[in-house]
Amino acid sequence: MLNYIWFGMIVLSVICAFFNGRLEALSTAVMEGSQQAVELSFSLLGSMCAWLGFLKIAEKSGLTELMASAFSPVIDRLFPEYKKEKAIKGKICMNLAANFLGLGNAATPLGLSAMEAMAKKNREEGPTRGMILFVVLNTASIQLLPINMAVMRKACGSLAPFAVLPEIWVTSLASLLVCVLFCKFLERGKGPWNK
Amino acid sequence: MEQIGAAALPAILGAILLFGFCRGVPVFDTFLMGAKEGVASAIKLLPTLIGLVLAVTMVRESGLLELLCEAAAPVTEALGISPEIVPLALLRPISGSGSSAYTMSLFHTFGPDSETGKIASVLSASTETTFYAITVYFGVCRYKKLYYTVPAALLGDMAAVVGSVLTVRWMGL
Repeated sequence: MLNYIWFGMIVLSVICAFFNGRLEALSTAVMEGSQQAVELSFSLLGSMCAWLGFLKIAEKSGLTELMASAFSPVIDRLFPEYKKEKAIKGKICMNLAANFLGLGNAATPLGLSAMEAMAKKNREEGPTRGMILFVVLNTASIQLLPINMAVMRKACGSLAPFAVLPEIWVTSLASLLVCVLFCKFLERGKGPWNK
Repeated sequence: MEQIGAAALPAILGAILLFGFCRGVPVFDTFLMGAKEGVASAIKLLPTLIGLVLAVTMVRESGLLELLCEAAAPVTEALGISPEIVPLALLRPISGSGSSAYTMSLFHTFGPDSETGKIASVLSASTETTFYAITVYFGVCRYKKLYYTVPAALLGDMAAVVGSVLTVRWMGL
């Protein structure tokens, strides 16, 4: 899938730039893009190390397991195949909690660690239902207080930076519900992800 | 409100550390063990990120986005979505920094408390950078097939576009 998307993005950009006369801008974009990626990796490296370090402490002390059992009613329903995998459930919990609290920097490292743990258990060629649902949840937003957005609005002169909070809650909840229902519907059908 | 955001991170770190320390975990040694795993994961991600960011900057610089907006115009007009929101809806799933910059420009043009400004706020805040999450999350475990991941995620993004327009029109103002 990503093969096609990546191919499409690049080929269409080249064709489009050719007809728009933006080929020069495109060649700088290639160089800048790869440079930006390295910068991004380095900033990610920092937050990865820091957060995985703290995650290890939380795991060793039993804190993640405590969280996993506290959120079991929700997690077990979303990820039934990992019902008995306390370590994986703990990592999933930590990622979802970081997302909920709006700690984007923490959510990615914690989520990657959960993905690696799920991949280790998986013997199939493709991802499991749980892995798919987990990634889809991470593409939706489940943030309680969108602080960044409020800060942006305030910086641009908004008189009520938090006025759109109910709208954001309703919209993100609706989008999240659509994602989960779609995944759960497909999980029922026949497919290689159900092996 | 902003103070809550600023306090959340130190409070959580403090709680994790304190809990571990009280339980007799050798906190610094354990931290280092975890951090070491972070290095490996981050290095593993570098090629994925280069491929992704490269493609995203190319799409942005080539004018492909404007072309797609024009192509989508009849559909979005029929749905009552204003033309200024369409680029944001297309940009949001592929580029976090790009969509933030575009939201800022909408705030400057229309004002953050206008209808367009509010829709932009709701849309940006109720979705994540979909393609970044998918490539990065599947980048660490290298699966070729993603099955229904992309359709599910995009369906959620579409729901957010429709939801942001509807909620701002019905709930606010």
